[in-house]
Amino acid sequence: MDIATFAIQLLNAVQYGLVLFLVASGLTLVFGILGVINLAHGAFYMLGAYFAWWFTLATGNLFIGIVAAFVVSFLLGLLLESLFIKRLYGRDHLSQVLLSFGLILVLDKLRQIVFGRDVYSVPLPEWLSGSIQLTDLQSYPHYRVALIGFCLLVAAAIFFVINRTRIGMIVRAGAENRDMTRALGIPFDRVNRLVFAVGIALAALAGAVIAPVSTVFPGMGDSMLILSFVVVVLGGVGSVPGAAIGALLIGLIDTFGKVFLPEFAGVLIYLLMALVLLWRPTGIMGKREI
Amino acid sequence: MAAMFATALFLPLVVGDYYLQFAAKVMLLGILAMSLNLNVGFGGMVSLCHAAFFGLAGYVLVLVTPEYEAPNLVWTLLVALAVVALVAAVIGALSLRTRGIYFIMVTLAFGEMLYFLFHDTSIGGGSDGIFLYVKPLLTLGGLSIDLENPLTFYMVALVCCALSWALITHLLASPFGDSLTAARDNERRAMSLGIPVFAVRLVAFIVSAVMAGLAGYLSAAQFGFVAPQMLGWHMSAVALVMVVLGGTRKVAGPLFGAVVLVVLEDILKIYLGEQWKLVYGGVIVALVLFLPGGLQDILRLTLPQGWFRRTAPVTQPIVVGGKQ
Repeated sequence: MDIATFAIQLLNAVQYGLVLFLVASGLTLVFGILGVINLAHGAFYMLGAYFAWWFTLATGNLFIGIVAAFVVSFLLGLLLESLFIKRLYGRDHLSQVLLSFGLILVLDKLRQIVFGRDVYSVPLPEWLSGSIQLTDLQSYPHYRVALIGFCLLVAAAIFFVINRTRIGMIVRAGAENRDMTRALGIPFDRVNRLVFAVGIALAALAGAVIAPVSTVFPGMGDSMLILSFVVVVLGGVGSVPGAAIGALLIGLIDTFGKVFLPEFAGVLIYLLMALVLLWRPTGIMGKREI
Repeated sequence: MAAMFATALFLPLVVGDYYLQFAAKVMLLGILAMSLNLNVGFGGMVSLCHAAFFGLAGYVLVLVTPEYEAPNLVWTLLVALAVVALVAAVIGALSLRTRGIYFIMVTLAFGEMLYFLFHDTSIGGGSDGIFLYVKPLLTLGGLSIDLENPLTFYMVALVCCALSWALITHLLASPFGDSLTAARDNERRAMSLGIPVFAVRLVAFIVSAVMAGLAGYLSAAQFGFVAPQMLGWHMSAVALVMVVLGGTRKVAGPLFGAVVLVVLEDILKIYLGEQWKLVYGGVIVALVLFLPGGLQDILRLTLPQGWFRRTAPVTQPIVVGGKQ
């Protein structure tokens, strides 16, 4: 493997890991703070891609499409939280699994009624559709570079909000000890709603930004859901840095696994998960006791 | 329950082949749901990879079957169940290191690993699935059991369903069952009493997986076809819906859950056609929000007071290690 190929694969791995991080960070926060297991998270990754496709087509501008996908999903998240999710706080995990499964079926069907079940592709604007020539034969698309930059910006924003703002402090306290935070008089209802809506909007954002490089298809949420679950198991529930580590690990292992061991690439990430479970059952950055 | 199974023996006298096949399908799903409830209701372990064992046994049957020769019922069944037990032991040993939300996520991930194994590789026909051209056959002396015949198949499914119910009931009445429910109610106390919690849970996990494998084996034999969807987590989630619908505190509850859910699915498909999943999903959401005790809640709300004794509390948090 020469340097250029290696660089391309490394960039792909990082890009994959970053997109995965956007999905998984929302998931881990919803777990950690609301104590709710949301299987419908992957459905919003898929919906985000469809929203981006629809708004890009309607307005002719990819940027507006992506922002609109984020905003619409955020509002949808607020609505779902106040209608369904808030009734799940304190209920057993079994109810949460079933309710979110029911939501998946409904959302998936609604998506089919509204957008149809075809596979779509999102066109790139002129200035992003070129590519950087690395060697005579190999090049790297501009959009993927922009994608990496954008995901890094969002990741930085997530870390800034969580580590440097008041709302982030509340979120961290909530992930650490929910009951104590509530006892200190934090308005948890509003925080919960906000965290849920932001989590879902992040998943939709990831789907929206990936839409131009992959295609938009109905089953895209399912595999992403499983991967982001593995990320959360690797990183530890409620830990955003853990999600970042887990997502990048999976990005690297999956990308280079496909290069070196194409036959077993699919199994490698589960092997990694099994190893982490043996070594530290609550994840790399998780709390020690369960 | 025993009386109900005995009554079901006479079903073939009243209905035709189509309904017999339908009833057999429901019973197989009933086995799947009852075995899942051994984990969920009695073990406090919400597993999302149960369908993986169901589908795996089906795949093993198809893969070990020679192309044009009827497979031997006993041998193929034993091989299928042995493979399932082995896989369940590995997945269980790893997953049971975790609790609560982690357990759900880890079982989901391992189940999907099996799904993608059959979906992405050519082992079992990839995403299209694979056909079983000849059904399993058993010849003992002059008596032969041919699963091709709907009546025979119905009887086999009925006997397996009754045996599964009896086995779970027997297990729960034994000291093993007491250990399992004790570990569900309070893990720390169970441990301090000297109960080997990990081993007890692992055995329950494997036993329930093997029963799911039995149902999957018969299901593959019934339809003559296996596809990756049989292993996917949507199937596991449907089994969980059956469990909650039927109630988690009775062994036979999930069997009734399976009956109601499958009948509901068929009715919705007939009246709504393409859009049935919309209502189906809505029903599941409504079940969780308004009937957390499942069908028992309907009976309790409609029957006069005192006629029906509720066995499941409204919200029974599954407490592990003194924490929720």
